[in-house]
Amino acid sequence: ADNSEIRFKLCQDLWHKIRVLQDELNRKILDSLLDFTRKCSSTRQHSDWASQMRASEIPTAALVLGVNVPDHDMTFQSLSELLQQSVTPHVASVQAKECGGEGLLALVLERLMDTVVTVDDEEEEETEQTSTQLHKSVHCSLSTLCDWYNAKTMKSKTGTPGKKRSSPVRDDPQQPPVVIIFKDLEAFNPKVLQDFILICSRYVERLPLMFIFGIATSPSTIQHMLPHSVSSLLCIELFQSLSCTQHLATVIDKLILTPQFPFKLNGKVMQVLMSIFLYHDFSVRNFIKGVQLALLEHFHSQPLSVLCCKKKEALLNVMQLSHHDLESIRHLLSFRRYVEKQEPQEQLNLFRDDTHLKEVCQKLIKDLRKYHKNYYPVLRCLHTLTSSLPRYPLGKQVRELHLICLEKNVWENEDYQTAMKSHLSPPESQTLNEVCYYSSSATVRRHLNATPRTSIQAALSSPYYYLQNESLKTEDGTVSNAAPDICIAYKLHLECGRLINLYDWLEAYATVVSAAEGNNPDSDNVRKVEEVKHARFIQAVSELEFLGFIKSTKQKTDHVARLTWGGC
Amino acid sequence: MVVVVLGAPGTILRSVWYEEERLLRVAQQMPCREVQAGMLLSLMGQPQQYSYPSIFIYGHRASGKSHVMHVLLKELELPHATVSCVECVSVALLFEQVLLSFFGCDAASLLPRSPSLSDFVRIYRQQCSQSPAKQTRYIVMEKAELLRDTDANLLPALLRLQELVEDNVTIILLSEIVWDKFRPNTGCFEPLLLHFPDYSKGELQQILSQDRHPSYTAEFYSSYINILLGVFYSVCRDLRELRHLAALNFSKFCEPLAEGKVKETDTHKLWRNIEPHLKKAMQTVYLREVSSLQWEQMQQMEEKESGALRGLSAHTHVELPYYSKFLLIAAYLASYNPARTDKRFFLKHHGKIKKTNFLKKNEKTSNHLLGPKPFPLDRLLAIFYSVVDNRVAPTASIFSQISSLVTLQLLTQVSHDDQLDAPKYKCAVSMDFICAISRTVNFDIVKYLYDFL
Repeated sequence: ADNSEIRFKLCQDLWHKIRVLQDELNRKILDSLLDFTRKCSSTRQHSDWASQMRASEIPTAALVLGVNVPDHDMTFQSLSELLQQSVTPHVASVQAKECGGEGLLALVLERLMDTVVTVDDEEEEETEQTSTQLHKSVHCSLSTLCDWYNAKTMKSKTGTPGKKRSSPVRDDPQQPPVVIIFKDLEAFNPKVLQDFILICSRYVERLPLMFIFGIATSPSTIQHMLPHSVSSLLCIELFQSLSCTQHLATVIDKLILTPQFPFKLNGKVMQVLMSIFLYHDFSVRNFIKGVQLALLEHFHSQPLSVLCCKKKEALLNVMQLSHHDLESIRHLLSFRRYVEKQEPQEQLNLFRDDTHLKEVCQKLIKDLRKYHKNYYPVLRCLHTLTSSLPRYPLGKQVRELHLICLEKNVWENEDYQTAMKSHLSPPESQTLNEVCYYSSSATVRRHLNATPRTSIQAALSSPYYYLQNESLKTEDGTVSNAAPDICIAYKLHLECGRLINLYDWLEAYATVVSAAEGNNPDSDNVRKVEEVKHARFIQAVSELEFLGFIKSTKQKTDHVARLTWGGC
Repeated sequence: MVVVVLGAPGTILRSVWYEEERLLRVAQQMPCREVQAGMLLSLMGQPQQYSYPSIFIYGHRASGKSHVMHVLLKELELPHATVSCVECVSVALLFEQVLLSFFGCDAASLLPRSPSLSDFVRIYRQQCSQSPAKQTRYIVMEKAELLRDTDANLLPALLRLQELVEDNVTIILLSEIVWDKFRPNTGCFEPLLLHFPDYSKGELQQILSQDRHPSYTAEFYSSYINILLGVFYSVCRDLRELRHLAALNFSKFCEPLAEGKVKETDTHKLWRNIEPHLKKAMQTVYLREVSSLQWEQMQQMEEKESGALRGLSAHTHVELPYYSKFLLIAAYLASYNPARTDKRFFLKHHGKIKKTNFLKKNEKTSNHLLGPKPFPLDRLLAIFYSVVDNRVAPTASIFSQISSLVTLQLLTQVSHDDQLDAPKYKCAVSMDFICAISRTVNFDIVKYLYDFL
């Protein structure tokens, strides 16, 4: 339609807003980590008696992030960047699975010495390379790193005064700390980790090292992985990030329970996303992805979403609506409800007069905005009132209360004042709500909570569903002869028992395929055609084995075992 | 086997080859180790002369082995190479370090890609024919017990290195483990054994009093160390740990003095002030439950504010999604119940099962004592679908949660990575953990365990 470009732009704007939100989520914990790093490097330089005695320990931050491991990547990425910008350029992140071949120490050295070389100016790069090359092939040890580090700090002390700093915000202490981030601590081989810490503690006076441990389960993991003799070499401080549920609450606050964000989810869709979060993976990133998916689907499939934007823009867009769009407004469920309440003359006007309809739409959009503006503060009041009641009749978290309100009239739960009654009604009661509210929960569930086996079986039993080829259309339960080989083989195997005789299967398959192609009595061709059919059959059977429907068995020769029962 | 017997304590170091003041400096830096240092000096003898080819020094952690060696080598300016066997994951690094220290990086770069022992010996001989040793060279190898895990020929060769390279070089091995555990089966050249015994309480007092705080008198610090040892000596004799504890708690000890409430000589009052504090330290910072930084911060806060200090081991709670909890419970049941009992626990109508067949006659050992058994993925899913209380569709999320549980080390994968069609797992959590989890989902796991029938 004409307004598809407008819709695309609106969708992009909202998508971008969501991204910005994601970046801000981890701000607090990252700030406290930065403070810790700065504090460590400054206490090292104190020469008072107490610090001297503590100087042999490596300062370590134990960051507990939660079980949703794939979410941590982004956090560590931001952490790394922030550290490099504002505290120290020497930051190396390592993951357990990368340490396979050369070992942890070599990996760390590579990451530290390489990253700094590219940041510095061109003139320094040459001298750096020659000296590292001399040592790299000979010595993969921390003494190389110490020499390199000393050379670096010497250089920055005697650097030319006129040199423009690439990052003016960075506070340059005399000796910037060398930070090593272990992204997934539990996955490391304990022996490798222990040896690494033992080696590093021998150099702690020459090199200001600092570790950051990324922990997914709980801090007691450290005590399981490191014996006392090793953990006594570290000075561990604990940092707990927000729990996943708190994180989610923040996201919902900023994304959903706010009138600033025009796109909304209805009760069922929220329920699907929440249940995936709570029951399956505790991943805030996946929750946000679900919201983004719903956003995309809504703007793609609902032409009226052109009105789902800021008030000023929406009012303008109303005037631009085509006749076709106005007709679809007239068909909206909420609009029909609105029309029924009007005087008969008004009803006629609405149906006949497009200009009048546009004016009425503008008013309705303003009403919808006001509804949203009032809904959230009142919701929060209600939550504050009811969140500490025993047994939580209206839920413990704001999101639970919101879900209740989304589904039906909350005053049917208890008695409330009229003010609340008029402001917290579910959005379906508002006219033109379909413009902002996305309600296809089945689509979201289908996309986010995939059932691969169902999809494969659907594809095999009714190929028309995916291929959309007219010749494949059949009644339920039967398969067309023109279907792909694998579908025919699949259908035939469904009728067999636990062990399938390959030869019988081949015969049946050949019969079906010959029927499709028509019988050719020419004997020479017949044999060749047999060979071709045989080859196709073998390919179909191999594909079924690869997909996991059958497997070879030793129980009977020339038989295969069937692995799946029943459809999904 | 040659064992060296220790002389009387309190001997002053004497050697004809070095000046007295140098030796005095050495003796000052290693209190209570004069006997061992004297022994080493006499073994070293005249610098130009050959020493015994290999010396094995053993003693507990923090008994001063590396410290004594380093002080001697540094103060007397002896040519040496120090190698820590922890760093040398491959022998190449060991050889490089030695050649680098004695002959410079040019010699070290002569080593081929994966050098063998003969390469090392050959290059060493080449180099020392160009620059022969004017006095004994020493190679000090710390954490020498790791040499036992390397090639079988390395240790015997190192013990005879003097002979192999025909140079004035001596190897000194430092280890916490006795020589009997080192001796290879095929025999080797026996090194001289030197034992560094543990410090006695008096010796610890003497050593710890040496690093006194500059603004307080030596007697004051000494009395503090006395109190500290009184509390900690029964549980800890490790010098490093005690030094750490001394540093951490001294400011608290001086607090009443700084506030003017007591004088330096009021030991009883000082003791009353510090004793509960030290007892608390024994449960927290000594066990490394809290870091030294947290301990210091806690000391600076008021008594009432500090409250209960939560150590690392207090944090055991792991928050898991709903279905993951059930997956873990199903895995636990699959690991600790024998497969033949599944029908009885998980099917609604399992028919009659004869009790005699069910409880095998001679099976007295509890499965919990034997440890978790591996189970195939199919069995895990079958049990999962029957314990979960509502209908669950077999979505991809369920399967990816199983991999997540492996990443979190709550499940262990037993089958090889290549075996895609029949992966096997084992449950790696304890009974307490799984009971805590079952309680959060209102599932009575004990009812489903075979060992508790």
